[in-house]
Amino acid sequence: MRINAKTTQKIAKTIIWTAALLVLAVLFSIIIYILAKGIPMISWQFLTEIPRNMGRSGGISSSIVGTLLVTAVAVIVATPFGIGTAIYLTEYTQESKVTRIIRFSAESLAGIPSIVYGLFGFIFFVIYLKMGWSILSGGLTLAIMILPTIIRTSEEAIRTVPQLYREVGFSLGATKWQAITKTVLPSALPGIVNGVILSVGRCVAETAAVMLTAGSTLRMPTSLFSPTRTMAVHFYILAREGISMDNAYGTAALLIILILLINVGFNMLVNRFIAKGR
Amino acid sequence: MREQSKINIKNLNFYYGEKQVIKDLSLEIPKNEIFAILGPANSGITTLLRTLNRLCHLTPEARQEGEVFLDGKNIFDSDVSVTELRRRVGMVFDVPTTLPMSIFDNVALGPSLRGIKSKKILEEEVEKALRMSALWDDVKDRLHTPAARLSGGQQQRLCIARVLALEPEVILLDRPCSALDPISTAKIEESLMQLKEELTIIIAPHSIQQAGRIADRVAFMLMGDLIEEGPTQDVFSVPKDQRTNDYLTGRYG
Repeated sequence: MRINAKTTQKIAKTIIWTAALLVLAVLFSIIIYILAKGIPMISWQFLTEIPRNMGRSGGISSSIVGTLLVTAVAVIVATPFGIGTAIYLTEYTQESKVTRIIRFSAESLAGIPSIVYGLFGFIFFVIYLKMGWSILSGGLTLAIMILPTIIRTSEEAIRTVPQLYREVGFSLGATKWQAITKTVLPSALPGIVNGVILSVGRCVAETAAVMLTAGSTLRMPTSLFSPTRTMAVHFYILAREGISMDNAYGTAALLIILILLINVGFNMLVNRFIAKGR
Repeated sequence: MREQSKINIKNLNFYYGEKQVIKDLSLEIPKNEIFAILGPANSGITTLLRTLNRLCHLTPEARQEGEVFLDGKNIFDSDVSVTELRRRVGMVFDVPTTLPMSIFDNVALGPSLRGIKSKKILEEEVEKALRMSALWDDVKDRLHTPAARLSGGQQQRLCIARVLALEPEVILLDRPCSALDPISTAKIEESLMQLKEELTIIIAPHSIQQAGRIADRVAFMLMGDLIEEGPTQDVFSVPKDQRTNDYLTGRYG
């Protein structure tokens, strides 16, 4: 029996709608559940005090600071390397064996589980380079982890800049480097920033890799060589060891809010400074 | 060589890989005139224009033979600075190519690439260039808004202003009005008529009529060959070559 086109259309539409709604429902129920359980825990004290009694009471200020510092190190280190690699791949080479190897390596890096990065960071930064468990070790490990994302998103952003823009640059007497920095990069910047935002989200939320490299102390970090416990690690330990589910939810809720704030903040920056010509 | 010739092309051959797009072309382009190069698509006109500022050398398989003299100096000589050449010989493309930045930044791009940082000088140059392209009155109150919000005609005049800000000696226009309405086209033609007092203009017009309206001299190209060249009046009224006649009377597309 053949079903007529109209019926097929209806069935397809129903299935697609259900799928979309289901995804949204799952996403929102997780977020709402965590926020509902966590937000009541968030208070001025929770934000400003360091944890007491293994995190049963007190706040999580040291973890907030640790999370922000580890993420900052990772992004500050990875972004220039990532964009540099992307510029090299798109502007300075013809498609060749070398570019294919670089691209293949970057893609392979993207597929490695984060715990493996953690192990590498532990062996290389923590032990071999004697950095110990520290914000620096954690940040550098995360930098390697997010590098492929930044390379790929930057490369795509640069590739979508019309060839004509480069020609405009050249026709105005630009050198190659000027054409890249004055015409190509400004046009590609929103796409590049998007990749950085994605990476920031991954850094803030990463657990396995930082636990092995930044440590899990509850003390307030005093320098980049201090060990720290990031928020994700903190609530993992709180929940895993049954120390305080309430504070675990509080930390989780704050983590979600933090990621949201970072996204909104970056977008505002982009709109304010970068996209003013759009 | 004529006294007043600005550009003198001698026996130019141009190839993309194996394909020859310009065949043994020699041409003199006088100073302070509008020179139009006519011809059907794929005649090598765009390539010829892009040879004059060496923009076509961006294509890896491009190769040329022959000489192009600008004020008596061969632009293919190894001691010629390409960036300097492109400042002297500006280019306007067939579609308006404003960059995604403000009107001011678009026009200031050329001078700032040259290393001018002073805001005051940049402001002066931007105003001067916008006045020359007759866009100043349209945009003087919104210099810092995105260029992309201008209409197509305004965007193309912005591109002309951007080139004028380089203070070039020659400007190349590759079918600059092909994407524009008749009124915008008329405005641009008017600007060009004034600009030729100060510089030399080489244009690939988008129609024979446009050449008739503005050009002092025209050349006709077909499949990479220069068929004939002369004052617009002469070529249009009594073409020497049958193929030019065929083109002017509409027998080629």
